[in-house]
Amino acid sequence: MSKTIRIRKGLDINLKGEAEKVMLDENLPNLYALKPIDFTGLVPKLQLKEGENVKKGEIVFFDKYRPQIGFASPVSGNISKVVRGDKRKMLEIIISKTESIDCVKHNISDYDLNREEDIKKLILVAGLWPFIKQRPYGIIANPEDSPRDIFISMFDSAPLSPDVEFVLNDKKEQVNFALSVLRKLTKGDLYLGFRKDSNLVSLINNSADYKINYFYGPHPSGLPGVQINKIAPINKGDIIWTINPCDLAIIGDFLLTGIYNPERIIALAGSEIKKPAYFKTIAGADISGALKDNLKSNNVRVISGNVLTGSNISHSQYLGFYDSLVTVIPEGNEHEMFGWAMPGLNKLSMSQTFLSSLLPKKKFVANTNLHGGHRAYVVTGQYEKVCPIDIYPQLLIKAILAEDIDKMEQMGIYEIIEEDLALCEFACTSKTDVQDIIRKGLDIMIKEMS
Amino acid sequence: MKFLRKRIDKIKPHFEEGGRFYFLHSVFDGFETFLYVPDHVTKKGAHIRDAIDMKRTMIIVVAALAPAILFGIYNTGLQHFIATGQEQDFWPMIVYGLMKVIPLIAVSYIVGLGIEFAFAQIRKHEINEGFLVSGMLIPLIVPADTPLWMLALATAFAVIIGKEVFGGTGMNILNPALTARAFLFFAYPSWMSGDKVWVSGMMNGEGIIDGYSGATLLAQSAAGAGEFVNGLGEKIGHMEMFIGTIPGSVGETSVLAILIGAIILLVSGIGSWRIMLSTLVGGVLMGLLLNAFAVNPAMEVPWFEHLMIGGFAFGLVFMATDPVTAAQTNRGKYIYGFLIGFLAILIRVLNPAYPEGMMLAILLMNVFAPLIDHMVVQQNIKKRLKRSVSSVKS
Repeated sequence: MSKTIRIRKGLDINLKGEAEKVMLDENLPNLYALKPIDFTGLVPKLQLKEGENVKKGEIVFFDKYRPQIGFASPVSGNISKVVRGDKRKMLEIIISKTESIDCVKHNISDYDLNREEDIKKLILVAGLWPFIKQRPYGIIANPEDSPRDIFISMFDSAPLSPDVEFVLNDKKEQVNFALSVLRKLTKGDLYLGFRKDSNLVSLINNSADYKINYFYGPHPSGLPGVQINKIAPINKGDIIWTINPCDLAIIGDFLLTGIYNPERIIALAGSEIKKPAYFKTIAGADISGALKDNLKSNNVRVISGNVLTGSNISHSQYLGFYDSLVTVIPEGNEHEMFGWAMPGLNKLSMSQTFLSSLLPKKKFVANTNLHGGHRAYVVTGQYEKVCPIDIYPQLLIKAILAEDIDKMEQMGIYEIIEEDLALCEFACTSKTDVQDIIRKGLDIMIKEMS
Repeated sequence: MKFLRKRIDKIKPHFEEGGRFYFLHSVFDGFETFLYVPDHVTKKGAHIRDAIDMKRTMIIVVAALAPAILFGIYNTGLQHFIATGQEQDFWPMIVYGLMKVIPLIAVSYIVGLGIEFAFAQIRKHEINEGFLVSGMLIPLIVPADTPLWMLALATAFAVIIGKEVFGGTGMNILNPALTARAFLFFAYPSWMSGDKVWVSGMMNGEGIIDGYSGATLLAQSAAGAGEFVNGLGEKIGHMEMFIGTIPGSVGETSVLAILIGAIILLVSGIGSWRIMLSTLVGGVLMGLLLNAFAVNPAMEVPWFEHLMIGGFAFGLVFMATDPVTAAQTNRGKYIYGFLIGFLAILIRVLNPAYPEGMMLAILLMNVFAPLIDHMVVQQNIKKRLKRSVSSVKS
């Protein structure tokens, strides 16, 4: 039986610059990047060296501790540069595309797509495994696990997020094939969470094979963490796998053709974009071309992903591995005189302390200013307003800061990852770096449990 | 205004590490961020942040206190002139009140902020805005004639022992303003209780008319008086109790002014409606219980009068709702508030030695707030454990 669940706690942040549902014509760029930093906790090891040629779909690097997990090149070309940061940490592997398309083709008929083992082997060998993430911890799934369930949220509720329905519109065959294969990876259920009244559900062919639920209410209703908590919460020892809805098209396309072709439709949004719209590109693509002549000013932050959880790509403008959204907002690096004392008709705030709270429908231009300094916790009850998961976020954070492992476990750290509490970070009066602290807590747990 | 910004940027290096005035860097930072919201941008996590910060939060509370301050100034003058038998116009009362109240506010701020600045400097962190509110609360909950040195001592005690030893704002267990009040109450009882301290000028007897009594309504109720009277022996009506033209601490007498503050706190969402509501319910319930089983005049004081006399209303709106010392969980807030209201009236009526039950009830519940939270959180933990045990079984 499908359920319809209302998410009451949360917040829809109304930002200017939502992408219009039209496709822009963009030429594919020459440069692409694979970024090991897109994958939480990964220690990468290069398979190919700088300067070597690489085929589309060829493994470029792999996970040092789980070498069967490889990461495939999105295009055929040449590894032009490996960018490293502090302590030689590998940040980006830049690949420049060549004209001739040279790709690795896997022979799908060699694998029995009804057998769990074969499916895993095929996805691993082709370098598509990183699309499957696991809870707890929010890391790439362990291929040796057999998850309790698989959860896929079929919509994105984050600010300015792309419309999944629009993105998957002509990918019906791929999405259905991917779902039918992924279904076999769990002995439990494959859960699909749709937005209530969404037409996307009609895209699904064998809906009896999946558990379909509907959600409505403000962000974070579209996050798998919230949906899991409302339907079948994670207990200690449970493993749940999650996959982004837009990635289903890439997985399905591969399973049908045997060729890894990470083509994406991405939304270009944000108040600083002249013409916010969608365009077709490839995972990891250099998007500076698409931004050129499309920005309202120069003092901007370019974010791969949404404003709450995305990564800052202002300096090196390559699309993140999982992202179907690029948001551009103004940098807030200026002083504002008596900013804290102003009536604030233009201030974006969840609190009702600014006049803007009288305009609930208003769309805001939000910049990256912190709007204050870091403080110890004073205000309480703020996090609870935006966290539909039944945990006590502030007390969990205190447990993490105290590195109290038992307490963290008791308070439900297995049920959340950073993105689930991103709104708490937005709303915090004390400007606490909530997501950073959650990650530290998860890292402690990973270390402790291994 | 560009000029000011340029000046600040020019002198800023002197206050940074290695600069000549590094020992004043927290003070400089405090003033700079007072004038300008800093240009800091988000470095990790969410790229956009809510426009609210601690300064905004605290300034809203100070704004909510403004009606009580203004009325307190007026009432200080009014009570003084009633006691001295002088017919006076509005403005002389205000002038008298200002001369009494402004020094209290100034001393509280200078002493408290001075200590805050020093600790921020030593600990190398930014100055916390919490004292902007505490420093305003302290003068409002003491009698207008409190000697300034006494107030300074109490403020220093509250900030150092009540707050800084625990790690500063956000870490304290007891409400700092009430800590100051309790310090005065127990260290200098003759200045904080009795019939003479509540009306300005009575302690040094400047021209008080014969037969005038400055007893507060609370003292009268504790003494078992049948009905409330003012200093001249005339009956006090409910309207006067509500408006607040009665003797008492500077800011606590006017239920009307406090109510305006409560509305500001509730509309802005800064004050917890859960705590306010449950404190009210607790107080009313205890009042009704005492009325039902009344055996003496103190117990016969109608429940709704309890809400208007003494520090009940002020404590309910401004003290119980202090988020740092209150319970932190939503369910805990209901329990915490209810017990404050319940105990405040109980102490007030059944223990005549401590007529101001609100202060003691809040301080007591401050201590118990972590325990209440612990119990609420344990339920959440048990629920999670139960779920995981049942999933293992199935």
